[in-house]
Amino acid sequence: MPEQPERPLPLFPEPDTAPFWAATAEHRLTYQICRACGQVVFHPRRHCTCCTSGDLEWRDSAGAGTVYTFTVIRQHGHPFFRARIPYVVGLIDLDEGFRMLAEIAADLQALQVNQRVTVTWEDHADLSVPIFEPQ
Amino acid sequence: VTTPAAAIAGIHEFEKRVAGGLSPLQIKAECAARALQDAGLSWADVDAIYDASEAGRMQGLTIAEYFGITPRVVDTTAVGGSSYEFQAAHAARDIAAGKANVALLTYGSTAHSESRAIGTGARFGSEAQPAANMERPYGLTLIGNYAMVARRHMVEYGTTPEQLAEISVTTRRHAMRNPQAVAGLADIGIRNVREITVDDVLGSRLIADPLHLLECCIVSDGGGAVVIVSRAVATGLRTRPAWILGTGEAVGYPAFGADITTTAAARSGPEAFGQAGIRPDEIDIAMIYDSFTITVLAILEDLGFAKKGEGGAFAAGGRLAFDRPGAPALNTDGGGLSSNHPGMRGIFLLIEATRQLRGESTSQVPGARLAVAHGNGGMLGTRHAAATIVLGTE
Repeated sequence: MPEQPERPLPLFPEPDTAPFWAATAEHRLTYQICRACGQVVFHPRRHCTCCTSGDLEWRDSAGAGTVYTFTVIRQHGHPFFRARIPYVVGLIDLDEGFRMLAEIAADLQALQVNQRVTVTWEDHADLSVPIFEPQ
Repeated sequence: VTTPAAAIAGIHEFEKRVAGGLSPLQIKAECAARALQDAGLSWADVDAIYDASEAGRMQGLTIAEYFGITPRVVDTTAVGGSSYEFQAAHAARDIAAGKANVALLTYGSTAHSESRAIGTGARFGSEAQPAANMERPYGLTLIGNYAMVARRHMVEYGTTPEQLAEISVTTRRHAMRNPQAVAGLADIGIRNVREITVDDVLGSRLIADPLHLLECCIVSDGGGAVVIVSRAVATGLRTRPAWILGTGEAVGYPAFGADITTTAAARSGPEAFGQAGIRPDEIDIAMIYDSFTITVLAILEDLGFAKKGEGGAFAAGGRLAFDRPGAPALNTDGGGLSSNHPGMRGIFLLIEATRQLRGESTSQVPGARLAVAHGNGGMLGTRHAAATIVLGTE
């Protein structure tokens, strides 16, 4: 039997995003907020993109948000995604005030911009991949 | 508005879209030599070199040796397809500052011969980077990235697939008047090379909704070179200079609350037009990076040719064709959609704009005096680089 192609995963060491991915193993979707000025920071990093402070706090998102835009991928050069087409990738505006790219497991015909979605998890050995689905 | 200090005085576009065994470096050197000949200059005249390292790592270190020149300015700006508009902006500044007299920009690629899957390949390599780490698991293709912009544009402004398709129709019409484009389309394997209709575009298969195959640029081999000179050098040359009247540079990236339909051109454009003292409605020729139809639509709006959301109507009905007055002529060489896109098309925008200002285009706009070349690099829907160059005959 030929091996099933696997989903590409984040690469480590990568210290900015390692805490985010560690939390996914516990099915926690995390983001950062600046203790000095209140700015929401995403993707994760060591500095506040608003006020230069280095005092960032990790918080858990409720994992609910709105589809800002999306596309249906119908052609792909990577074996994992080629086997998965057609599938949806979109930008999600989370209720806590950050925007993330993610796959959306949805009916291709029914999915709409501005639709409400919630995070679900695809488990891997050391982390889980957030995948959103319509509420 | 000051007297322009620098002008494009030499141009060359590699004639073929399949390089037939030449390397990217050889394409660069051939184009450089021909562009210098076009200007009536030689290697020894070049004192500033601009290179995006597309033909090898750290080419700023090696390209001078390969060409056989001794530069006193070395600029290695590499921001994808817009690299050449950034480099032209830097060359104009370096010349205005007295640091250079003859600047050479070159490009060479064998993307077609390598069967490089630019639009549908895996986007991230083996480097661990924070932004890439957040997106790698989802396999968003380059086309999919632009498609997300098109979707939001349609939802927000009612832009239609038909309006987007008009951009492909117009550029193909221009390509069919350009013998190198016609030969190139056949050489890269397109059967029955002909003008296309809106129905043809919408009848081609979806690659990433809502973008169809015929809304995506071709993948060719190719290259080009541009020689930018000081006023003192320009006055002694035989070619008609295309003066650099204004330049603008910007980058865009994703953020909560950001409007994905507005690109970094909304910042680079006003900067360039302001320096030039020109309004968008005065422009005869719009050379806009056409990786995809949506790229053109969003950038036309951001440069001020149409209000945000009204680009669809602006492009409809063939209004951007070279023989239609009342709107600028769009991508008169056939564009990346139908003439030449080896991965980083920016240099061809400068080349065709210069041809128009010289009166040498295959879809010539009579008496063209003002042109804009706008490059977009990276991915429009997330992180991208934009530079605008306003060019004029005087």
